[in-house]
Formats: sequence, C-alpha cells, structure tokens
Amino acid sequence: MSRLLPLALLLFVASTGALAADDEFKLVIESHKFDPAEITVPAGKKIKLIIENRDATPEEFESHALNREKVIAGKSTATIFIGPLKPGRYPFVGEYNEATAKGTIVVN
Amino acid sequence: MFATAVIVFREILEAALIVGILAAATRDVPGRNRWLGAGILAGLSGAGIVALCTGRIAELASGMGQELFNAAILGLAVVMLAWHNLWMSSHGAALAKDARSVGNAIRDGRRARSVLLIVVGLAVLREGSETVLFLYGIAASEGGGSLPMLAGGLAGIAGGVAVGWLLYAGLLRIPLRWFFTATSILVLFLAAGMASQAARFLIQADVLPSLATPLWDSSGWLPQTSVAGSLLHSLIGYEAQPSGMQIVFYVLVLVVIATGMKWLNKGSASASRSGTAA
Repeated sequence: MSRLLPLALLLFVASTGALAADDEFKLVIESHKFDPAEITVPAGKKIKLIIENRDATPEEFESHALNREKVIAGKSTATIFIGPLKPGRYPFVGEYNEATAKGTIVVN
Repeated sequence: MFATAVIVFREILEAALIVGILAAATRDVPGRNRWLGAGILAGLSGAGIVALCTGRIAELASGMGQELFNAAILGLAVVMLAWHNLWMSSHGAALAKDARSVGNAIRDGRRARSVLLIVVGLAVLREGSETVLFLYGIAASEGGGSLPMLAGGLAGIAGGVAVGWLLYAGLLRIPLRWFFTATSILVLFLAAGMASQAARFLIQADVLPSLATPLWDSSGWLPQTSVAGSLLHSLIGYEAQPSGMQIVFYVLVLVVIATGMKWLNKGSASASRSGTAA
C-alpha cells in the first residue's frame, strides 16, 4: 500500500488547485487560547479550518474526536481539513498548553 | 511540572516502545549498540532540524507539507518493517535452528535487520521533533517557572525511556525458539499501525477521503489518552475513533505482510528440511 504513496502525493500536488470550494472557518491562537473557542460548522461537508497562531511559541492542534493533529509554528498560519462530520460536539485542544487552549467544534 | 512530564511522556512513549522492540529484534546484529546509538542520535538531530524548520515544512505543498512529510516518513518505515519481516520469514527458520550453519544468510539477515535501525532513526525523528517544539515553547515562554517545567520535561523523557527499556528487557526473556516469531509479530503490528497513521495524515491533507469518520467510537471505554489506550496505540495502532480509510490501510498492510510471511515461511521450512536431509 505504501508504494502507492508517491502516486498519491503526485495526485495531491496536481489537485491542490481544486480545493477552493470548501467551507472556510478561521480560528486565532493568542496567549495560548483559541478565539473563538467554539465554532459551528455544517454537517456532512468538508471544512477548511484556518488557524492563525499569533503567539511566538509553537502549538499543536490536537483532537482525537476529529482525528487530527498538526503543529502550528509560532507566528504562522496553518490549514487543517476536517469532515465531513456527523452532527455533534467535537472538542479540540492545543496540546502544548492544554490548560488554557481548549475549544469545541459544533456540527449542526 | 507534572503536566509537562505527562505531555513529554506521551510524546516520547511511542518512539521509546518502537526503539525497545527494534533493539530487541536486532539483538544479534554485530555492533548493534553503535548502530542503535547512531540511529537515535541521527533521529534526534533530525528532530531538531525538523523542529527548527516547522514553519517552512508546513508551507510546502500549499500548507500540507507537515502532513505529507509525516506520511512519507511513516510510509518509508512501513516499507522497511515489511521488508524485514519478509526476510525473516524466508530465513528465520534456519536462523533459529542453527545460526552457525547459514553463514551468508546470517550476514544478509544482519543487513535486513540493520534496516530496523534506520526505522529507529525515523521514529525518533518524527516523535522527537514534537517534543523539541514543546520544550522550546516552555523555554521560550515569558516569565519564570520554566525551570521546574523543564525538569518535568526531563522526567517525562526518563519515564518514556524507562518504559521502552522495560519492553526491551521483557522481550529478551523470550526463549530464542519463539523470539523471532514474537518480534516479527510485534513488527507486523507496528507496520500496520504506522500505515494507519500515514493514512490519517493523508486524509488530513485532503489527499485521501476519510470514508466513515469515525468508523467506530470506543473512546467511552478505552480512551486513547488513557495509559492503556496510548500503549495500545503505540504497539498495535489502536485508535478510539479511526476513520474508515485508516482501517483499510491497517488491514491491507497487515494482510499483505502476514500473507507474504506465511508464504515465504512455508518455502523456507521445506528448503531447510531438504537441506538437513541432504
């Protein structure tokens, strides 16, 4: 299966132009907190999360419920694709600052 | 401090368990410790470089560089683990029976298994870079209190290494007759688990569809954040809420390697039987 990886990567590079149609939602990390801490997104659709880390230190967006983890360098912006999701509440954290960096994605 | 120790422990546990299994599997490779040390050192320096370049890697491939990088490392590790297991199956019977009578095979076998030491480097590289970033974040954060937190980080590292070493010491107690079978099975599940993780990164990068998300949800009775959950995650790739595509990857890699092993094992068993008869 892993031999298919290069092919998959190629296909991906070729298809990056076609991603613009997804729903976009923005989050900001500041002082190790997410803002907004809760966002509502539509069910059954692929969502493009754009997360801007305004802190100087890196953060790791992590959510077991969403099955996602991504390191976001300090002073940078990252994109994470999620969904399509069933209605429900999906918590996420900034793993490096779990005490303060918490949020939820509500799917309706 | 305690929270820091827990986070670092969690980050380092997977790499520590992988290193423990692979160190045991390569116990008779000459100069093993030197190779192992070199693999870990290379992994750590790589982790430092990856941590430094996090921003730049992330920007590659329209912002999906991190996912593709992780998937590529995991994919490479899966291929190497698969190759090791297939080689061991075709020669393992002879190896376990009488190690001295198969001179060339042993030399090749050592080569096959030194591949595992490259996987050690890859595992340390992947898991280590997140730990480096986390500790950097602590060190760089404003105000005091960073010293006890760094101490917590060190405690987390020590804890992870201790668990990896325990696994290693436990594996060495397995009688030689079963030893290669046991390590091959562990390596098989490591490979399947890594394939599932690679799939997760490709889904996250929007390269692959997720199929069902999640396929099942066992987070109620065995959360992945629990001790048992994260141990199982590292060893056999357990996930509480996996996507369908991950399971496809997992099962496919498991079945392909296991079938190959069984097939080669049959060939090697009959070959070594006719060899003894002659």
